[in-house]
Amino acid sequence: METNNRSIETQNLSLWYGDFQALIDVSVNVPAGKITSLIGPSGCGKTTLLRCFNRVNERYGNVTTKGEIKILGKNIYDPDVSLLELRKTVGMVFQRPNPLPISVYDNILFGLRIHSPFGSLTRAKSDEIVEEALTSVFLWDDLKDKLKTRATSLQLEQQQKLCIARLLPLKPQIILMDEPCSALDAKGTLAVEELMSVLAGTYTFLIVTHNMAQARRVSSECIYMFLGELIEHRETQALFETPEHPKTADYVQMRYG
Amino acid sequence: MNSNTNISPETMFTETDIGRRNRFVENIFKAFFFLMTCLMILPLLLIIGYLFYKALPVLSLDFLFTNPKDNMRAGGVWAPFLGTIYLVVVSLLVAAPIGVFAAVYLSEYARDNWFTRIVNLAVVNLAGVPSIVHALFGVGAFVLFARLGESILAASLTLAIMTLPVIIASTTEALKAVPMSFREACWNMGATRWQTIRRIVLPNSISGILTGVILQVSRAAGETAPIMFTGAVFFKPIVEGNPFAYNITEQCMALSLHLYTISTQVPDVIEGIPYGTAIVLVGSVLLVNAAAIVLRIYLRTRKKW
Repeated sequence: METNNRSIETQNLSLWYGDFQALIDVSVNVPAGKITSLIGPSGCGKTTLLRCFNRVNERYGNVTTKGEIKILGKNIYDPDVSLLELRKTVGMVFQRPNPLPISVYDNILFGLRIHSPFGSLTRAKSDEIVEEALTSVFLWDDLKDKLKTRATSLQLEQQQKLCIARLLPLKPQIILMDEPCSALDAKGTLAVEELMSVLAGTYTFLIVTHNMAQARRVSSECIYMFLGELIEHRETQALFETPEHPKTADYVQMRYG
Repeated sequence: MNSNTNISPETMFTETDIGRRNRFVENIFKAFFFLMTCLMILPLLLIIGYLFYKALPVLSLDFLFTNPKDNMRAGGVWAPFLGTIYLVVVSLLVAAPIGVFAAVYLSEYARDNWFTRIVNLAVVNLAGVPSIVHALFGVGAFVLFARLGESILAASLTLAIMTLPVIIASTTEALKAVPMSFREACWNMGATRWQTIRRIVLPNSISGILTGVILQVSRAAGETAPIMFTGAVFFKPIVEGNPFAYNITEQCMALSLHLYTISTQVPDVIEGIPYGTAIVLVGSVLLVNAAAIVLRIYLRTRKKW
């Protein structure tokens, strides 16, 4: 059962937007149940790599991929892979909190509703799911009286936690995060980081961040990318303290550009 | 420290010559732009005011509900008024669904490839075709080829072809106003495009879509050329007061054509009648536009992000 401690593996993954090659032969192995951070300068392909893992890249137009991606041991380019099922298992949280313009309650249930037969969710079951999801992200006490509020009117920190909470009813295995704290203040950032630490173990996190202090605080492994290539992937502390590759050293010691 | 030591606290914020000049120029431009804005609404007010003044002697509810009489020299505008309503309603019933759904496909599903580029090019060019050309197309395609004859249906289809590109453009605009991040959120939870459209995109763009469609009422109601050869007639009295007096396979009168006829083709028309006809046309169009604005305000209060 080797696949048990693996969640995301790629083999010589290359990706082109039209003629522009955004990923070059990326081979990576992300451990399950841990937080792995993805760092590197802007435009180096971090977000692109992240979007490969639930194949949502393909919704953005002219994209060509080559190479292999395995999620939980399964090649996601196999013909029997349903993108909709894949995206249930691999959730994503965005840079800018993007709750849907519907109530808190409906946001939490949105994912489940689109994947359930009509009328199969009873009221009691729905209530239970909403409470459970909000409790997992420490929002239940704040929002239990505001379930009918429009989610877009919440504070940013609450919005971002809600965006994490609405993935949970789908029972994801992997949660991809694309700079989840860059729109939040220091308190919000800490709250989301704390939440990730609590949820790690249950879920595998892969987080893109520009904030190196954040990468050091939250992640156990860290990947450094530069111009579409994976430069170095090691335990976070080792990567920051004794980087092997000179490019990594330049970046983590802020000698980059 | 600042070398310019003769600045005293009392005068340091006092206006300088350059400041005075800048403020003067600023005011000039502000006044100029304001004037242009006023010039824009002035013609509208003048036109409506003048029409009202001239039409006053004939305006009454009877004018709206009686047919033209005495070889169109007297009477009201019932037949053309109802004809215009028929033409507008039927043309929008055809154009609105096709236009809106085509726009949904183009902006939510279609990728940027040669097919969609050709469609977009066609939409832009179709919007620029003069209405008399639409009329000729309508004669060829609907009246003759489809054998609809000169009828409300043929005229409405011609109007529909004419309004279609604008409906597509305004719907696309409304769909684009829904932030991409909402779509991303849905897609990443495994929603299909249709689920995303139905649950999130349409509810948040419906006000813009409806406004765009309703604004086409005024265009369809005002056009004369496309209906002249395809279904509108100079004179055809109908049962007064019956809103179903026309059959869409028959010809009808229309306000725009009626106005043209009685102002240029018929001698000795009572003076107020052409003006009254114009007031009915402009008034109903303004009424519909106002309804569109109210609807938009109502739908907007329900969406916030």
